[in-house]
Amino acid sequence: MVLWLVAAVLVLLASGVAAVSLSTRPVVAAAVGAWGAVVGCLLGLPAVVAGLAGHASAVTLPWSMPLGSLSIAIDPLSAVFAAPVLVVGALAAIYGQCATHTGGIRHNPGWPWLGYDALLAAMIVVTIARNGVLFLLGWEVMSLASFFLVMNDHDKDHVRRAAWTYLIAMHLGTAFLFAMFARLGAGAGSLDFAVLGRFAATSPEATLVFLLALVGFGTKAGFVPVHVWAPDADTVAPSHVAAVMSGVMTKMGIYGLLRVFLLLGDAAAWWGWALVVVGAASGVVGVTFALAQQDLKRLLAYSSVENLGIVAMGLGVGVLGVAQGNPAVAALGFAGALLHVLNHSLFKSLLFLGAGAIVHVTATKRIDALGGVLKRMPTTGAAMIVGALAISALPPLNGFVGELLIYLGAFQGVAGTNDLAAAWPMRSLLVLAALALISGLAAATFTKVVGIALLGEPRTKAAAHAHETPRGMRAPMVVLATLCVLLGLGAPLALEAVRQAVLSLTPGAMVADVSARLVEARGQLVWVTVGGGMFLSLLGGLMLLRRWLLKGREVTQSGTWDCGYIAPTERMQYSGASFAEPLLRLFSSLLRPTAQLVLPNGLFPTYAKRHNDANEPFVDHGYRPIFQAFAWVAAHLRWVQRGHIQMYVLYIAATLIVLLVWKLG
Amino acid sequence: MQAWLDTLVVLLILTNLRLVGSSRLFACVRTVAVQGLLLGLLPVLVQWNTLTWRPALLAAGSTFLKAGVFPWLLRRAVRDVGLRREVDPVVGYSTSLLITMGLLGVTLYLGQRLPPAGLFESQLMTPVAIFTILVGLFLIVARRTAVMQVLGYLAMENGIYAFGMALAVEEPVLVELGILLDVFMGVFVMGIAIFNISREFDHIDTDRLSVLKD
Amino acid sequence: MTVAAPILHVLTALVASPLLLGVIRRVKAWMSGRKGAPLLQSYYDIVRLLNKGAVYSRTTTWVFRAGPMVGLAAVLVALTLVPLGGVPALMRFQGDLVLFAALLGLLRFFYVLAALDTGSAFEGMGASREIQFSALAEPALLLGLAAMARTTHELSLSPMYDEISFDLVIAPSGAVMLVAVAFLIVFLTENSRLPIDDPNTHLELTMIHEVMVLDHSGPDLAFVEYTSALKLWVLGALLVGIAVPVRTDLWYLDLLAGVAGMFALAVVTGILESTMARLRLSRVPQFLVAAVVFSGLALVLVLR
Repeated sequence: MVLWLVAAVLVLLASGVAAVSLSTRPVVAAAVGAWGAVVGCLLGLPAVVAGLAGHASAVTLPWSMPLGSLSIAIDPLSAVFAAPVLVVGALAAIYGQCATHTGGIRHNPGWPWLGYDALLAAMIVVTIARNGVLFLLGWEVMSLASFFLVMNDHDKDHVRRAAWTYLIAMHLGTAFLFAMFARLGAGAGSLDFAVLGRFAATSPEATLVFLLALVGFGTKAGFVPVHVWAPDADTVAPSHVAAVMSGVMTKMGIYGLLRVFLLLGDAAAWWGWALVVVGAASGVVGVTFALAQQDLKRLLAYSSVENLGIVAMGLGVGVLGVAQGNPAVAALGFAGALLHVLNHSLFKSLLFLGAGAIVHVTATKRIDALGGVLKRMPTTGAAMIVGALAISALPPLNGFVGELLIYLGAFQGVAGTNDLAAAWPMRSLLVLAALALISGLAAATFTKVVGIALLGEPRTKAAAHAHETPRGMRAPMVVLATLCVLLGLGAPLALEAVRQAVLSLTPGAMVADVSARLVEARGQLVWVTVGGGMFLSLLGGLMLLRRWLLKGREVTQSGTWDCGYIAPTERMQYSGASFAEPLLRLFSSLLRPTAQLVLPNGLFPTYAKRHNDANEPFVDHGYRPIFQAFAWVAAHLRWVQRGHIQMYVLYIAATLIVLLVWKLG
Repeated sequence: MQAWLDTLVVLLILTNLRLVGSSRLFACVRTVAVQGLLLGLLPVLVQWNTLTWRPALLAAGSTFLKAGVFPWLLRRAVRDVGLRREVDPVVGYSTSLLITMGLLGVTLYLGQRLPPAGLFESQLMTPVAIFTILVGLFLIVARRTAVMQVLGYLAMENGIYAFGMALAVEEPVLVELGILLDVFMGVFVMGIAIFNISREFDHIDTDRLSVLKD
Repeated sequence: MTVAAPILHVLTALVASPLLLGVIRRVKAWMSGRKGAPLLQSYYDIVRLLNKGAVYSRTTTWVFRAGPMVGLAAVLVALTLVPLGGVPALMRFQGDLVLFAALLGLLRFFYVLAALDTGSAFEGMGASREIQFSALAEPALLLGLAAMARTTHELSLSPMYDEISFDLVIAPSGAVMLVAVAFLIVFLTENSRLPIDDPNTHLELTMIHEVMVLDHSGPDLAFVEYTSALKLWVLGALLVGIAVPVRTDLWYLDLLAGVAGMFALAVVTGILESTMARLRLSRVPQFLVAAVVFSGLALVLVLR
């Protein structure tokens, strides 16, 4: 089965190369790149479906590989993470082809499509690799391909800055992964996953590996405080690329963490704690910063930080459940986290595509410059509203399901009747408090997105002239929105999809218990379906009732009730900044916003202004001083660089002598 | 009677939270008085059956000081100063409450690791005593007005008293008396100082007094 | 326990919830020395509104029209999840409490969207406040429920509330009592009652909930009014279940006690509203943080 995925990788790479070689005919090149991606993704689907169903298949290809064999495999865990790559990858490709097609092709489109196809191929390789070198190869290609895609508009200064930040962050993260694999493979002499070193969970080696993995993979996933690349990169990347990066690629970090857990065997309890703490911090920080953003795509990027935080919390709950030997907590935590991985990849890419469509037609990303978009772009707007409901974890959509399971896992940790369940109740408290706070703030964030950007009157001319995008851009969004609804209403089936993966994460002794608990959880999700169905049918009934009531009655249109003002204008509408301000004030010590204020002055004030900026204190107060310190050191070492060839030869000679003295002396 | 210890301890926590969450100085003074009263009840509840006159008298004395004399002095000081609210604290009230909740969680967590205190059925006593001390320290750090800082000292003293009660009953009362004397002097001096400072400078912000350090 | 009890509870709530609003108004009128509107005024209002046509702003879209319907549907589903004291809910499963909270979130989400859809600055202001306060009320509700889950070792609302007894409420640690206080604050906040929001104010600038629904008219406004009444009922039921710990084995006695408790809560709300001043808006978050702290303290107490 896994060979289907190999075929997918080959098709992706071939179509990317073909797109580049067709550079003389840009339209054809784009079509080849995009439809190659679609075909490649479809090719991979059978393997993923089989993997989800629990049919593992492994192949060792007869090809020499440094430090091991070229072995690949698909198992349920790989399948859970490969599925979004294929689904979102194909849909975003269709969207991207349409968007670049109608947006006028400036550069040779072949290169971006090679990058896109290589990105998808690399992600597939990461999920199926069973050898450290192959894994790192895929990982590196993934980072580089996405770097070139972020660089797409490289003639703009801020794009270059974002891309370089991204590249540096990725490489620092990868450095940790190199160290991790080196540590893992030290005893085995090979980097094949099958023979990599297994350490006892409490041993210092395992601790070291876990910490390296947490930083290395956490950088990809965008955990706080190593999330700083995400807002910049996702904002400047083309929308379909941002959808894949934010919706799918970040999940590779989660996948890596889980794979390392599997490699290590047992997990220590404090790893769960660490994940819960990191997750809670990412969740709360991510959503607070999301709420503060004025830039639509930046807001979505921060919201990914939040959602990956939720996933991490779920994993932490699961790991703690395993460590305590509590099958219910383990099952619910892992299942919730994996479901949230699937769900988030759907609604986040949906929202990015929607945001891209809006940016495409209005040429602005500023939420406060939009308004009234839903009237002008009915399909895009409606799809985005579905996405916003889903990401705010509201029933009956899919976002609710994963969070419900994580909630339940935490509640189980609190309420469990046996003593084991109560062993670490405090982390349940942390998860519950963080999730409850996050859901309130997420609702605020996405009512802001929908309410200010999509509803009301247009605030600028650009927004007033918005128009619906071509069908090729709308169709992927409609598909994604439909999937969000289906996975929400069909929650028990969605749980079934990640069941095997959850079982593969639990140690052998607990599998039977966890399996039983998953069946129980499915029973509870059936009730969610029932509730959702009831809600929808009640809604339908009320719609009929309202229609019947209003039939034959006077229904008039007028202006919005203006509370006595004579000439309301669209500029009087509440703005996104003012909508979010009261909540943000509570978090001002975290956000450290800067505001410029010009107060109205005199009896007949003419000019007044308030301008709020959302900063990134992690950069301003964390990374920048560190990098500036490096720059300072580097600047003071510049005297070494004289530019004379004689000096360099002298350096080499001096080094040689020092080495000789050291070795022989 | 020991069953009601838990209630008492929870009420103690609530007084601490109110102390941290309220900006009104009179309310805070009252809260500290209530706290003193609650602590005065503590030995009565613990030794309901074996109460002898000596600790009872000592407890009554300290309660009289903490729930009667100190609050009376402070109320006078606050009234004379004419200040009703702490307007601009170093740490905001909502944040303070959340930090305090965090402190409570930490102390309870630590409390599980401490050996159980001998005389008490309530496992909460020791952690809450530490918690009260921490709240006192927090108030001193996070508030600007001298009155609130005095209240912080008082809360801290209450915590030490409760801690002493939690560890044993008889001996610490003597230790406590010594501390009480210090605090009494402290409150007395501060009460006079607050009054005089405010007469001189029109405010009692300790921050702004730092220029007087030379 | 017969199956009739939950159905009867849902029916009672459907019929009697607007009466709660009438009782609150009557109590407030009495306290201020007025005679007050008839007890059934809410019913008259709803019927009158249902019989009217509607006016829509030209700015609005389908979201505005969907708001009241989504809200009513969500609160109706929430009603089937909530037990009234010893009377279990129609639907009960492990985790129904999360669904309950999420349904209230759905209601709020659409109300806020409908308000922003009008493009009115006042409605935007109300929406902003509503979302701010509920973001703080939600942790209080969920942490409180977690404390109850811990106390009763149940993860479903109905068995959880069935376990509550008088002894549990007055237990020396007082955790359940703390939860009740937190739920009272949540109840007042979510139902836009004093001291958070004044349902009687006539100044758009000071309103929260009422200003959000300024533009609704006709059947839509009737839905909104009915939703408010039902929301009062479902959140009140969470509080009454603790405050009236009457658990007989006879379902009709339980139901009776629960309904009596609901009306007692309406009277208490009326008294509270008459005796309290509205908090300054900037002080409301602090009040809500206090609710979070109460819930959190209760949870910490039962967890130790």
